[in-house]
Amino acid sequence: MAIVTGKQVGLTGNSAIAYAMRQIDPDVCAAYPITPSTGIIEEFSSYYADGQVSTELITVESEHSAMSACVGASAAGARVMTATSSQGLALMWEMLYIASGMRLPVVMTVVNRALSAPINIHCDHSDSMGARDSGWIQLYSETVQEAYDNLLQAVRIAEDPRVLTPAMVCMDGFITSHAVENITLLADGEVKGFIGDYKPGRSLLDTDNPITMGAMTLQDVYMDFKHEQSMAIAGAKEVVVEVGSDFGRRFGRHYGLMECYRLEDAEAAIVVLNSAAGTTKVAVDELRKKGKKVGLLKPRLFRPFPYAEIAAALKNVKAVCVLDRADSMNGFGGPLFSEVRSALYGLASVPKVMGRIFGLGGRDYTVEHSTAVFEGLYRIIETGRMEELTGYLKS
Amino acid sequence: MKKEKEGERDVPPGGVIREAGSAHGYSTGGWRKLRPVVDSEKCTNCLICWVMCPDSAVVVKDGKMIGFDLEHCKGCGICAAECPDKVKAIKMEEEG
Amino acid sequence: MATLKELAAKDELFSGGHRLCSGCGIPPIVRLLLRSAGSPVVATSATGCLEVGTSIYPYTAWRIPWIHSAFENAAATISGIESAYRAFKKKGRIPADKEIKFLALGGDGGTYDIGFQALSGALERGHNFLYVCYDNGAYMNTGIQRSSATPLGSATTTSPAGAKRPGKQEWRKDLTRVVVAHNIPYAAQASPHNWRDLEGKARKAFNVAGPAFMNIISPCPLGWYSKPEDSINAARLAVDTCYWPLYEVENGILRVTYRPKEKKPIADWFKIQGRFKHLFKPENSHLLDETQKRIDAEWQRLLDMDGKAVF
Ligand SMILES: Cc1ncc(C[n+]2csc(CCOP(=O)(O)OP(=O)(O)O)c2C)c(N)n1
Ligand code: SF4
Ligand code: SF4
Repeated sequence: MAIVTGKQVGLTGNSAIAYAMRQIDPDVCAAYPITPSTGIIEEFSSYYADGQVSTELITVESEHSAMSACVGASAAGARVMTATSSQGLALMWEMLYIASGMRLPVVMTVVNRALSAPINIHCDHSDSMGARDSGWIQLYSETVQEAYDNLLQAVRIAEDPRVLTPAMVCMDGFITSHAVENITLLADGEVKGFIGDYKPGRSLLDTDNPITMGAMTLQDVYMDFKHEQSMAIAGAKEVVVEVGSDFGRRFGRHYGLMECYRLEDAEAAIVVLNSAAGTTKVAVDELRKKGKKVGLLKPRLFRPFPYAEIAAALKNVKAVCVLDRADSMNGFGGPLFSEVRSALYGLASVPKVMGRIFGLGGRDYTVEHSTAVFEGLYRIIETGRMEELTGYLKS
Repeated sequence: MKKEKEGERDVPPGGVIREAGSAHGYSTGGWRKLRPVVDSEKCTNCLICWVMCPDSAVVVKDGKMIGFDLEHCKGCGICAAECPDKVKAIKMEEEG
Repeated sequence: MATLKELAAKDELFSGGHRLCSGCGIPPIVRLLLRSAGSPVVATSATGCLEVGTSIYPYTAWRIPWIHSAFENAAATISGIESAYRAFKKKGRIPADKEIKFLALGGDGGTYDIGFQALSGALERGHNFLYVCYDNGAYMNTGIQRSSATPLGSATTTSPAGAKRPGKQEWRKDLTRVVVAHNIPYAAQASPHNWRDLEGKARKAFNVAGPAFMNIISPCPLGWYSKPEDSINAARLAVDTCYWPLYEVENGILRVTYRPKEKKPIADWFKIQGRFKHLFKPENSHLLDETQKRIDAEWQRLLDMDGKAVF
């Protein structure tokens, strides 16, 4: 496929990610196929087969081994990438914690897909939400453009010496991964200039300075390591902002911790991740035309969770609905809901917050759904009563 | 290691140990109940004891067996058992 | 063939002060392996005794770059490291004339069982590395549970010597044969008591182009209920009874590298290990007999194949 940089081209999310990976040209990529992320690995394999990347591609026998090989390669000082979805991410679970605990800046695209059972190949966020406490940075992407831009930025964020933490870039399965959108690609040189070289502070291949990694720790130090790691991830927030502004300065597309859409004077707001934000924006625009003060908050960074910034952005809203594309199966609402609601708890006047689970296994989320949610929020504002705090979105 | 307030100890990110072979500074000699003793008159320097020792505790210098590293020897008795039957230069003696 | 004097003159890359049990069979194996590579070695260990015993923070017994990642993924971890090495060589980040050898180590649990898939995958992909299984015949680090390498009749904490089921009821997996079926350039069985054989095989294994595998019997006084000073002799008896034949398969040709002058009865090996004590009761004699029969047959099979192509 002939791809033109600098101007708009139509690409699927998977193609854009594969293209970004070609431009990043990681030292090592280890991957295993799973719908809907397979296309990324297939296209990257073509780049590899055609000699368009200098990467060593390891076509492993499982996702567990994919992440294990990423850990080995990253510990050797390599720039390392992979991609997966759903069951694949679930199979990696053990290794996610090992990658982050060893502070290895692996970068992975997660094409969000539902978890079995019942088996379902379509979009929801159960996979990446299940990994939210694994010590990875999580960036969410509404569109193909955002997925592409996020992946480039993730490399810099993860490898920043202040952070040294793996990062996953999430986009919606099929909705984003397989839909063709017009996006603007950067030139190879621009990508190289933006991400720079990875200069690891340690490498297993430095045989003159042998290091031991993955040592056993006991009660005396384990907690200190976790504390240190937690502080480093907390610090990543600043780096995400820094890298986002640099990206904006260079390429004109600005990124922060979240996107606030017509939120400044909003009375009612929806908080939602990824592609559903796009649908919600349409509803916001329509309702605004009718004089309703509605808005949207779309977190971009979910780990570390920018709770203070989210609280500040929602402090003047009267009623909020947090939409979760994952059910924590009788936790207090979905994961995004419980975190947003607890972020708001410290405000002087706390907005009413309800939570709805939506879109599981690829169930449609339409402008009508969005509009109905806003109508529900207005009922709460008008009556002061919330009939159902958490639950499933009616469809 | 320096003890500091909970959560404030300086630890290397990712738990990397940069001092290769730092276990050398950890004494396992206290595990021993029996201590190997070599009769250097009998020893033929075949170095079987050296190669079989699990604790890198048989000291060899210039190709000669010169004794034991008692900081690390755990007193397993392999060296004494494996010293060739014709030689039997190592005996295990009670620690005390 | 290197002499012990020559080997002793090389750097000790595995320090004392580790916490493996007194009389453990693993360290002599590792010490020999590290001396036979001829180039700098980068190693990874699967979770298990070797890993725990050598890396209790802030102490490490390793004087080579070493990483532990998880239990089932030593072969996948080394795949990543070795791929990074190839990438760096291609890009000139490692000088063309610098050679590094890659070693993955795992116990029988981490190799025959939970790590088997990763091992098979890495062998098929053809990474340039040596995988060494130290086979002590059970999950020792978690307190002696049976693995698929545990011998028939052996008592472990998950196959105890019960009245109805006297120890493990299944024959062990012949992993070396399974590995040989991957058509890799080199695979061998070795034993620490025969240092010359082990060292020679390790040298070959490190130097073939592509994956190599060694299965090395590793006496465990704790799990075998044997005396620490008997460890090396226990390995010797495993070989002299032909429970653990020493052989290699190089480019598809099998070679028996050691034939005992006098093949000893399996009871000689069982006798010095408490894990087989119950097999000497009359009601369990069938297990002893069955073991002897199968060992004899397997030994004969190997002798018949000696010098021949395995496929
Ligand atoms: C996924 C996983 N399952 C189980 C364990 C617990 N575990 C740690 S070591 C071990 C046994 C190791 O046995 P083996 O590989 O034979 O090595 P050895 O302990 O004998 O050295 C087990 C079961 C683990 N660490 N990870
Ligand atoms: S008694 Fe054991 S540990 Fe001590 S020197 Fe002899 S073989 Fe080594
Ligand atoms: S339990 Fe066995 S294998 Fe583990 S350290 Fe002790 S002797 Fe070695």
